[in-house]
Amino acid sequence: MKDFLLNIDRSYLTLAYLLAAVLFIFGLKGLCRPKTAVRGNLLNALGMLIAVLATVPLMYREGHGPTADPNISPLSTIGLVVAAVLIGSVIGAFCALKIRMTAMPQMVALLNGFGGGASVLVAGAEQLANGKAADFDVAVAIFASGLIGAVTFWGSLVAFAKLEEYKAFKKPFFYPGLKTINALLGLAAVALLIYGITHPGETGAYWGLVALASVLGLTLVNPIGGADMPVVIALLNSYSGLAAASTGFVLGNSVLIIAGALVGASGVILTQIMCKAMNRSMTNVLFGTMGPSAGSASADDVYAGKVKATTADEVAMMLDGARRVVVVPGYGMAVAQAQHAVSELAQYLESKGVEVDFAIHPVAGRMPGHMNVLLAEAEVPYDKLKEMDEVNPTFSQTDVAIVIGANDVVNPVARTDPHSPIAGMPILDVDKARTVVVVKRSLSPGFAGIPNPLFAADNTLMYFSDGKKAILDLLAALKEQ
Amino acid sequence: MGATFGRGFTREIRTMDNFIVNLSIFVLACFVGYEIITKIPPLLHTPLMSGSNAISGITLVGSLVAAGSGFVALLSREGAISVLGFLAVLFATINVVGGFLVTDRMLGMFKKKD
Repeated sequence: MKDFLLNIDRSYLTLAYLLAAVLFIFGLKGLCRPKTAVRGNLLNALGMLIAVLATVPLMYREGHGPTADPNISPLSTIGLVVAAVLIGSVIGAFCALKIRMTAMPQMVALLNGFGGGASVLVAGAEQLANGKAADFDVAVAIFASGLIGAVTFWGSLVAFAKLEEYKAFKKPFFYPGLKTINALLGLAAVALLIYGITHPGETGAYWGLVALASVLGLTLVNPIGGADMPVVIALLNSYSGLAAASTGFVLGNSVLIIAGALVGASGVILTQIMCKAMNRSMTNVLFGTMGPSAGSASADDVYAGKVKATTADEVAMMLDGARRVVVVPGYGMAVAQAQHAVSELAQYLESKGVEVDFAIHPVAGRMPGHMNVLLAEAEVPYDKLKEMDEVNPTFSQTDVAIVIGANDVVNPVARTDPHSPIAGMPILDVDKARTVVVVKRSLSPGFAGIPNPLFAADNTLMYFSDGKKAILDLLAALKEQ
Repeated sequence: MGATFGRGFTREIRTMDNFIVNLSIFVLACFVGYEIITKIPPLLHTPLMSGSNAISGITLVGSLVAAGSGFVALLSREGAISVLGFLAVLFATINVVGGFLVTDRMLGMFKKKD
């Protein structure tokens, strides 16, 4: 065993890394279709396992190198690593199996944070152990990991707190000179990064950089509103990919470069999709503010005397004669935990011969694809989950559109008022359905903070209630008929 | 390779070559990533995020290689180092294991109408 670990040729390890990279590519390709996706994810995990196992002989060999301390057995080091891996696996598995599907965005944010934290810690350990003797390239790796890792860690934690809706983080937090302070912090971090790379022995510089980057992570993400978190998480995800790739450059390790590029591409593409679906630039999401513009109509003008409230019985009667019903879920459905009730309603209607589809807006929910996961959990078949472009032309042939917990993504102002904060944002054209039923607790505005003329439209009925209760009452009324 | 004469020079060339090889790998991988990931339907974007998040835990491998000798120092020189290293591997494993498992759990729920 000992000899095998010592004598194994480095090129075999490189080949193992290549195999891991190929598995990642095949694994992601598997994610292109729901049928092959489970296997794709397993291939990804297998690739990771191979990459980690291939690293063990490298660590062992380092333990016998000229720099090693003769008093320690390298096997005991490996034992320590194995212990950490075991404990980490138990914690990771526990979280993954316990988490509610509605809390998935928080979970991804938290996991991303752990990844960033790991970078900071390992670079810190390396700095303490070998910082003084570090070559230029190793110093770059150490300080870059510290910077990116700390921003990712604290940024992800703030995103987590916002998604969990902790009170202190609920409102985007502004103070005068925020942008200037962030710019100064950023400049200081870069200066410290350069200083650290040119003075690799300075451990204080490393922790100073980590502290600065931590503050930066907090102040960069904190002003961004909860509904923009999907973009932030996608972006932080791409950061962690780029961090991996840059470490790969320094170490000349191909699997790090390839995996990092894949993750980076995924994060960037998702960020772009989300921004496009809100018709906002990335700069606007990250640094801009959103709120009602001066010219937009007030809630009173839009709603006064025009809103019609409805009841479960009335909606049930309407659904009785319907041939096609489209359900439009939004974040409110997740908050009310109404996905199972909605699924039950859809099944009941289908058993009565009604055609039911679900219309999913790209930014519905708190992360890309959030609504799909919730509805899949509630056993809605995935071929019923329609994308915006596919479902929009069908609204004119839809008898009833049921909007549950969505607001800005169905606001027709996006099409009509060029001065509105959501002007030009692609929306679901629910107003073209014969009747629109909006399940909502009150007339309170969505994230954009503007009134929604849909609620006052002639063909709209407002069903004021908690999402879950509303659907359950409706179901009961249907069954009584 | 020029052990006494011009060692720095050959080293510089080698480093440049390596850099360009690595850059080629990176650029090509970006194209592959772009082509594959744009084909992933919005239906599966959440599993894509959690799955790619787990892949980014590959930094663990990089960290272990980079910190190879540092890790050997874990047990001896300073307690602080071993604490940091231990926590790093712990965090990274939570990221990787949690990420792949939760992705698996989500994907298992996507079913076609039977």
